[in-house]
Amino acid sequence: MNPHRRQLLGWGAAAAGAALAPGLRLIELAQARSPQEAASKLQRWGLLIDITKCTDCDVCVTACHEENGVSGHGRPATDAQWIRKVSLRDKRTGYAQTLPLMCQHCEDPPCVDVCPTGASFRRDDGIVLVDKHTCIGCRYCVMACPYGARSVVHEAVSGQKAGVPRGKGTVESCTLCVHRVDRGQTPACVEACNRDGGKAMAFGDLNDPAAEIHRRLKSEPSSQVRADLALNTGVRYQGL
Amino acid sequence: MARVHYREIEGGSGGYYALLGALAALIFAGLVAAWTMEHEGHYVTGMSNRIVWGTPHVFAVFLIVAASGALNVASIASVFGRDLYKPLARLSGLLAVTLLAGGLAVLVLDLGRPDRLIVAMTHYNFKSIFAWNIFLYTGFFAVVGVYMWTLFERRLNLYSKGVGLVALLWRLVLTTGTGSIFGFLVAREPYDSALLAPLFIVMSFSFGLAIFVLVLMAACGWTGRALGEVVLKRLRELLGVFVATVLYFVAVHHLTNLYIARQHDLERFFLWEGGVYPALFWFGQVLIGGLLPLLLLFGTASRRALAAAALCVILGGLAQLYVLIIGGQAYPQRIFPDKEVSSSFFDGVVAAYAPSLPEVALGAGGVALALALTAVALKVLPFLPRSLADGDVGGSTA
Repeated sequence: MNPHRRQLLGWGAAAAGAALAPGLRLIELAQARSPQEAASKLQRWGLLIDITKCTDCDVCVTACHEENGVSGHGRPATDAQWIRKVSLRDKRTGYAQTLPLMCQHCEDPPCVDVCPTGASFRRDDGIVLVDKHTCIGCRYCVMACPYGARSVVHEAVSGQKAGVPRGKGTVESCTLCVHRVDRGQTPACVEACNRDGGKAMAFGDLNDPAAEIHRRLKSEPSSQVRADLALNTGVRYQGL
Repeated sequence: MARVHYREIEGGSGGYYALLGALAALIFAGLVAAWTMEHEGHYVTGMSNRIVWGTPHVFAVFLIVAASGALNVASIASVFGRDLYKPLARLSGLLAVTLLAGGLAVLVLDLGRPDRLIVAMTHYNFKSIFAWNIFLYTGFFAVVGVYMWTLFERRLNLYSKGVGLVALLWRLVLTTGTGSIFGFLVAREPYDSALLAPLFIVMSFSFGLAIFVLVLMAACGWTGRALGEVVLKRLRELLGVFVATVLYFVAVHHLTNLYIARQHDLERFFLWEGGVYPALFWFGQVLIGGLLPLLLLFGTASRRALAAAALCVILGGLAQLYVLIIGGQAYPQRIFPDKEVSSSFFDGVVAAYAPSLPEVALGAGGVALALALTAVALKVLPFLPRSLADGDVGGSTA
């Protein structure tokens, strides 16, 4: 091979590398959904919460409400709560546990079934949401939710966060931080738990064989809250 | 039987205008309450994230259930061919429409976003029984409207039986739908029963007839029209049967729950330990709304006793719906069986609730709207017969 040809090939390889490198980076970025792209049935987002690691802290609650601009008015009965820490005590043995409880993102959500206008809906990727433009505030979904996970916005809201619409007179609940998930991030509660809490929460695609959550659900025992209702929840618990 | 002569009420007396004025004041108070709730948000009411359906729903459901029941008298006349009830059919249809209007007004004005009613009319999720009810309620107005047309227009009288049958079937489906709003709530133990649909149907028979009896007695009394014993005797017996049937269904519901171990806590709550709810159940629903009316209806033949019994049925009915709707939410949801549960979101505890002034005002405004519409309609069109005296009604075939 003459030197001229070798040099040409070298330049070609460098050019190809320079052209492909950002492309490879783009593939990585493209794994996050673009806002224009519809949610896909290929995915089923979910949480796995190991309550043996769940401590008395409430960093998940604080992070959620900060992320989503959910602030109270000092009225516990009417203030919204998207996620709450629940304390359990076995009636017979007295064994005590604590766990975070939020919308369980059911495959067959009763809130979606009862909503007269279709404002309560389930995305193809399993995230259950409320369309703030078509919710009429009838509160039937609150009646239907088996987990007490929904809140009515009882008064005017201020300090709303971009991407997290809220509105007086409508119903709301955990969105699984859909605005973050669509950017390829994890929900705020999971991030906070793994940073400052007991590292009890994992987020991922239940359908993806490569995802940690999928592997753990396949190889370790887990349970659903109110499994008797056969709702196939997206949020699963360990140690319950 | 002799042809029935109908006539509008005169509606020119001071008493009539005083009645309309009082009802208008109540309607205005209801509108102010609705405006306050809409403007400030529902935190100004007694409702919370645990009791999301409060006193307005008690009134709204009562009026809607009573509306379908009020149509019974007309159905008995047209569909089952009982001549005695024919002179009462027009008033029966009128009350069905006005009570439904009052109930729906309360329901709509209690929405978190009443300004989005148009959304409810243009976006439908047909798996929701609420969405079905929107069609059932609006369709009821249309069906009863046509039915009343066949009752008013002599040329169309022959169609009244067929249209009356449609109206009867429609109202049975409608009340099934109202009962199923609660019956389909699988995640709440106090509801979640197919029995609620037939229970609501018999409740509608009872509440609707009680209101019908009181309105008939008041309208005849205040306009000086004869109201004979033959009619009253029939209505008395009919109301008695309905009241007894409601008691039967309530008893079956509780006995079934008492038999099921996982429902024992629930029954202990509603029958004994639940504070205001067992008190309302035993004294409001069973005693005032059930046993006392039976005593008054079958123990004596006096008109006052009939009126008192009808009033008791109404009060007992409101108590029954308060226990069902608000007590059913106050009872903690069983999310973790066998565990004592606590949280900052009132898990595991009986939810606190006290009716607020705006809620009561809105509910009373709905009742006033129904009565005001009735009073105006009686003046505008001939709904009431000139006489219901014993000689003027066909009692022999009833």
